[in-house]
Amino acid sequence: MSSIAITDRHPTFAIDKLGVLIAVLAAVASFLPFAAFRANRIVLGEAKGIFAALPEWEAAVLAVVLAAGIGIALFRTPTVWRLATSLIVLALLFIAIGHAGTFLTPPGDRIARVSPGAGFWLLIFAFALLAADAIARLKLKPWTRLGVLGVVAVFFAVLLGSGTLNDLSILREYFNRGETFWREAQTHLALALGSLAAATVVGIPLGVLCHRNSRLRVPVLNVLNAVQTIPSIALFGLLIAPLAWVAANVPGASAVGISGIGAAPAMVALFAYSLLPVVANTVVGLEGVPYAADDAAKGMGMTDWQRLVTVQFPLAFPVILTGIRIVLVQNIGLATIAALIGGGGFGVFVFQGVGQTAMDLVLLGAVPTVALAFAAAVVLDAIVEMVSPRGVERED
Amino acid sequence: MIEIDALTKDYLELTVVDHVSLTVADGEIAVIVGTSGSGKTTLLRMINRLIEPTSGTVKIDGQDTRAVPAFELRRRIGYAIQGHGLFPHRTVGQNIATVPTLLGWDKQKIAARVDELLSLFQLEPAEFRDRLPSELSGGQQQRVGVARALAAEPRLLLMDEPFGALDPIIRAKAQSDLLAIQKRFGTTIVLVTHDMEEAIHLGSRIAVMDKGKLLQYAPPAEIIARPATPFVAELIGTGERPFRLLSLGKVRDLVEPGPAQGEPISADASLRDAYAECLWSGREVLPVIDADGKIIGRIRRDDIARRAERPQ
Ligand SMILES: Nc1ncnc2c1ncn2[C@@H]1O[C@H](COP(=O)(O)OP(=O)(O)OP(=O)(O)O)[C@@H](O)[C@H]1O
Ligand SMILES: [Mg+2]
Repeated sequence: MSSIAITDRHPTFAIDKLGVLIAVLAAVASFLPFAAFRANRIVLGEAKGIFAALPEWEAAVLAVVLAAGIGIALFRTPTVWRLATSLIVLALLFIAIGHAGTFLTPPGDRIARVSPGAGFWLLIFAFALLAADAIARLKLKPWTRLGVLGVVAVFFAVLLGSGTLNDLSILREYFNRGETFWREAQTHLALALGSLAAATVVGIPLGVLCHRNSRLRVPVLNVLNAVQTIPSIALFGLLIAPLAWVAANVPGASAVGISGIGAAPAMVALFAYSLLPVVANTVVGLEGVPYAADDAAKGMGMTDWQRLVTVQFPLAFPVILTGIRIVLVQNIGLATIAALIGGGGFGVFVFQGVGQTAMDLVLLGAVPTVALAFAAAVVLDAIVEMVSPRGVERED
Repeated sequence: MIEIDALTKDYLELTVVDHVSLTVADGEIAVIVGTSGSGKTTLLRMINRLIEPTSGTVKIDGQDTRAVPAFELRRRIGYAIQGHGLFPHRTVGQNIATVPTLLGWDKQKIAARVDELLSLFQLEPAEFRDRLPSELSGGQQQRVGVARALAAEPRLLLMDEPFGALDPIIRAKAQSDLLAIQKRFGTTIVLVTHDMEEAIHLGSRIAVMDKGKLLQYAPPAEIIARPATPFVAELIGTGERPFRLLSLGKVRDLVEPGPAQGEPISADASLRDAYAECLWSGREVLPVIDADGKIIGRIRRDDIARRAERPQ
């Protein structure tokens, strides 16, 4: 109690706990290599600090802004300031790394590569942490959070469209394979969303069945649990043999695209992983429906179907949607592995990059995957909150 | 009319309701009382087939309840469950509209009915219609639960401890609201309670249950005067008997002409209240006024006391 009184009397000098971590991270990161320069795609890079990577005045501006950002993070400052600061610093960092690309690349050189260094990534991490913390503390309404996501998306669209980042290695890789990139992006989304749709269509009725029939519940959930524990690469691999057999022996199967390798086994594996969260959350959601409300529905003469649609399902829906959110984010990440068995998706770049020890190519696959997963999480969280009925207590 | 004949429910070895037979005439309020676990709720829920009887029959207006699908039967019978059971995701208005909607009433008729019921239960429609149940007090929730049970103007209403969670003042209010509504629509009601006071106040007949068996089914005066078993007597409370009898009578029944001094009492007050007033103010006689506040005579303490004696 007394310590609170003291900090209350000197609010300007109060230290923010998470702020300490962010400040230390950011301070250390400021002295790590901001960018790396390589004469070509696969040779080892030369590390460049902030002052070596940028024109002098730009580096100075960035240094001042970083120092200010660290200060605002460190002390207890109004949460809105913290959010604004983190967003401004993040924006400046992205612009600066673009400029570093242009500054470090000799004019006309198409082979030299400039990529973000450890310092850059760590700074992004530190200030993203600050932004996330501020957003959580502000308890923003779902629409506002979607708005912030929209602003971030527009910022990156403008940044990419303006060509500011064109001299960075990851975009060099992109320009080398523009068409392939968008094709794999489509495949990636089709894999993640398609398996999610299938899991929803199968999983929700299966969950309802498990809820109604307690003898079914334990075995079904156990099997699905066991599937979840199979390492993803193994599961993808395990499916090659049976699907190859189906393709070879079931008439018409190969004609509709089923084969031992490619998109089909990837789809099946993602679907298998998706079922548990959907089924389990459906069961948990339905179990959370207040007994009295369900009983009243029955007592007033609703049929089983009417009860499911008008009482049980609406009350369970937020929990079911949480399951779908888990699946979507998980599948966007897991779909990367589909590339290992020829299923396509962003994983293609990741594994090619690993094979060629070309980190830039790995990033071309990894960065969009992370961005997609992040955006999906934000959007679905907002939807979950919007469809949760007001006034219904939920413990999760 | 409800005719219950030899109705029995077994759970494995345990007989929870044991060959219960009783008849509730149209427009009557039958109150089921008994200790916790005596089978009251089970008996009530077998009437609308929320629980299927092991044996025995229930007939409503002469028709066996098994002759129609359970959900159709339930739409005709109002049901207020123990602890309101409102749908937390639906507004007060939508909750009340549940059965009319299931029955396919048109929108205007439903809206009018919702507002009528809210007013009836002293909940301002404009203020409460669009609230969620979580935005109501416990007492308001229970009143909405009863309003919902009444929505489709059922001729038969089943209520399981509908006023359980209410404080004494609100409870008395809700009870008199229920009596007024029952008079107005002539609804037949089966109500479960474990409060003898409530049973005597509301019931035209009281069914006393113990361990699944129906011990006595009779009008309140008879239950008080001639309890069928020591258990029934104990449930009424030996020391309470004269006062329970008094609470059945009205001042109006004993008014006589003549003068009296002091604060008057209403002709519609119970004899119990009048007797309490006599004792408290130390008066032998009280002036009696009618609803308009006009003095219509007096009531004597001795006359009241005589009414508290065991009837012959
Ligand atoms: N599904 C069931 N399976 C087994 N026993 C049950 C079941 N439902 C009720 N019982 C038992 O039947 C008995 C009567 O229950 P019931 O709910 O009818 O009591 P009640 O008179 O309404 O009690 P209360 O006043 O506490 O509400 C209790 O002993 C209870 O444990
Ligand atoms: Mg009960």
